[in-house]
Amino acid sequence: MIAEIGLAALWLAAALAVLQMVSGAFALRAAEGEVNPLAIYARPAAVVQAVLAVLAFIMLLWAFAITDLSIKLVASNSHSMKPMLFKLTGTWGNHEGSMLLWVGVLALSGGLLAGFEKRLPARTMGATLAVQGFVALGFYAFLLLSSNPFERLPVPAAEGTGLNPLLQDIGLAIHPPTLYAGYVGLSVAFSLAMGALLTNQVNPSFARVLRPWVLGAWVLLTFGITAGSYWAYYELGWGGWWFWDPVENASLMPWLAATALMHSVSVLAARDALRTWTIMLGVLAFSMSMLGTFLVRSGVLTSVHAFAVDPERGAFILGLLLLYIGGAFTIFALRAGAVSEGKRFAVTSREGALVFNNVMLSAILAIVLLGTLYPLLTEAFDVRVSVGPPYFNPAGAIFAVPMFLVMAVGPLLRWKEDKPKRLQFELMLIAALVIGTIALVSFFGQFPLLPLLGLGLAAALAVAAFLPLKGRKLSRVPVATWGMVLAHFGVAVSLFGMACEGAFSQERLAAVAPGGTEQVGDFSFTLESVTPVAGPNWTAIEARLAISKDGGEPVILAPQARNFWSPPMATSESALLTRWDGQLYAVVGNQAEDGRWQIRVWWKPFVTFIWYGGLLIALGGILAIAGRVKVDVKRRVASAKGAERRADIEALGAAAPVPAE
Amino acid sequence: MKAKHQRLVLVIIALLAIVGAGLLAAWSLRNQANYFYLPEQMASDPPEIGQAVRLGGMVQAGSIKTMPDGVTVNFMVTGNTADAIPVRYSGILPDLFVENSGVVAEGSLGPDGVFIATNLLAKHDENYVPKELEGMGTDQAAKMAAETTVGLK
Repeated sequence: MIAEIGLAALWLAAALAVLQMVSGAFALRAAEGEVNPLAIYARPAAVVQAVLAVLAFIMLLWAFAITDLSIKLVASNSHSMKPMLFKLTGTWGNHEGSMLLWVGVLALSGGLLAGFEKRLPARTMGATLAVQGFVALGFYAFLLLSSNPFERLPVPAAEGTGLNPLLQDIGLAIHPPTLYAGYVGLSVAFSLAMGALLTNQVNPSFARVLRPWVLGAWVLLTFGITAGSYWAYYELGWGGWWFWDPVENASLMPWLAATALMHSVSVLAARDALRTWTIMLGVLAFSMSMLGTFLVRSGVLTSVHAFAVDPERGAFILGLLLLYIGGAFTIFALRAGAVSEGKRFAVTSREGALVFNNVMLSAILAIVLLGTLYPLLTEAFDVRVSVGPPYFNPAGAIFAVPMFLVMAVGPLLRWKEDKPKRLQFELMLIAALVIGTIALVSFFGQFPLLPLLGLGLAAALAVAAFLPLKGRKLSRVPVATWGMVLAHFGVAVSLFGMACEGAFSQERLAAVAPGGTEQVGDFSFTLESVTPVAGPNWTAIEARLAISKDGGEPVILAPQARNFWSPPMATSESALLTRWDGQLYAVVGNQAEDGRWQIRVWWKPFVTFIWYGGLLIALGGILAIAGRVKVDVKRRVASAKGAERRADIEALGAAAPVPAE
Repeated sequence: MKAKHQRLVLVIIALLAIVGAGLLAAWSLRNQANYFYLPEQMASDPPEIGQAVRLGGMVQAGSIKTMPDGVTVNFMVTGNTADAIPVRYSGILPDLFVENSGVVAEGSLGPDGVFIATNLLAKHDENYVPKELEGMGTDQAAKMAAETTVGLK
């Protein structure tokens, strides 16, 4: 029954998406200020569709929770002996389930938009919902026609095959849902941008409607990428935190576009400039989300993540991708000329700095995009290549370095026009910090160029992030401004972590006999013992390493080499010692013929700052949303009070004078 | 500056930056992309010393030798011909790295003709296979790779 309810809910939701699309399109035919009688169904359709899609997802969750082995998806991805948490997270640890999550979040965000957004003109709202319905319809079709999650087996399986052990981790509970919510949140930004473009409503009040969606999606993407990076770092056992893996790039590209969009939307809301640019970024950001989905889900990539390999599905998503992106850019090309020019600004102004950084972000996006797609392109000509850090790091840095410099100065500039002379002190300070830090670090040794630049920029950015608060009364600074300060400071913190990891990491790889001692950096580690251990669905050998710094009190680390039995697979469980100034990362390998064990230990100074920085950036985004909501609520309350008072006065004036007692 | 002009200037600057990024990407991709070599290709037309490439083939039977330090292994990778390329790797070996099995080594050719691998990709499990060896048994891997890598420069 569960599967049938879920499937029926999905089909109904798809039908409602058609209704939403058609009804929304009718809103476009209404004259200004009027309501088309057929346009009133779009909002309820979106809300009910959200309920149905979420219901379908809950049904699948339920099927995984009780391990209903008559459902093909459960049988091939779950196991009755698995811990409950991983049974549940296994729901979206596979192709069909994750696409259902995608669609569920898409419908949910459409429903929220339809249910709560009352500020937009009816025509714009109708067009927005029509576009949202059109996008949703494509993905319903994809789900129902080529990857039905509720497919039954003719004969129920006796036992499930289990879940890829790499995915049996708390990381899976957090990382994909947040990333997907972020990806899909950008679909609302896309629909709103198309709606505004179609009805020619690209103005500050539209930007204020768009902003919370962009901010929300961006916060979720930031958080998802941060969580994913840490997960890959400790789970894969390779000691790296970013591999320029195509799937990682697939999440980075929408983030870059969303970052640019978020800043450009702020300019549109505050200054009524960058109108067409904002629309274009809105289209670009969601295009990158869909491209990401295509790359991950089509199986065109060699990647740890891309475990769904099915060319037919790939062709389906590619078709959707071409339809939506092609359609959106066609409409953009046809309509962009009709959007009138926004307000002007000088080169040295806050808008100028934001535009510069928008362009830099887009350039980095182009670098990442080309690097990710290049192997696919060459493969068409039978040349197999892979593209890695030697390409991405320097090519990205060429645009990232000027971006960070302008980012330090930008928030200090005034809107519209400013004189660089006014900021002489701040400019000198930033330059002195960059040069001073690089000189100081170079004094202590030879380090690679990029980490060195990163350290200098991180120092300057950390200080510059707080400069906008200079000379202001801290208690009166708006919450949204604190958000910006925090997010920019987070970038500095993260950059510092990356640079330290790049410049000062130390590594020791050795074959150690039990009782033997080795040295890495200031730490010495002794292999105390190697013992077999077992978990609920794996067996492992566990090495016990006694780690001490400068001969101090030893701490025990226990890295494992695990063997899962369903499905059979070996993984390496790293062990981490986290200190305030860095992490010690230990992995155990094979046993050499002479009985010694391979042990690999890294000392990574300040590596944790990478993820602390990511969290700070996300927190900054949350503060920005909170600040905007607070201002909005205040405004609504004030206008409601004003209306009440006017009504009172009118009532008093109209009423017959009450005789005094 | 007129309003229309400012938009035009902005568009031109943005286009220049993006095209610049594209050209830069194209140029550095030509230099930095990691080409895939079979043992016979590496023997007949070796890549430049120190250039990052990938070498894919089969681990020759009886060729895996662990050095006295316990973490460095030397082995030979063979393809469809008699050519065999010596490979040296320091690190923790993938679990399914065994003789007569497919492997892709990332690294570069050293001046002594030994391929210094920085990373080894072996068949990990049925879910994660190096793309070049996807769906292959042991012997097929090299053959398949040969068919799909014509036109290597």
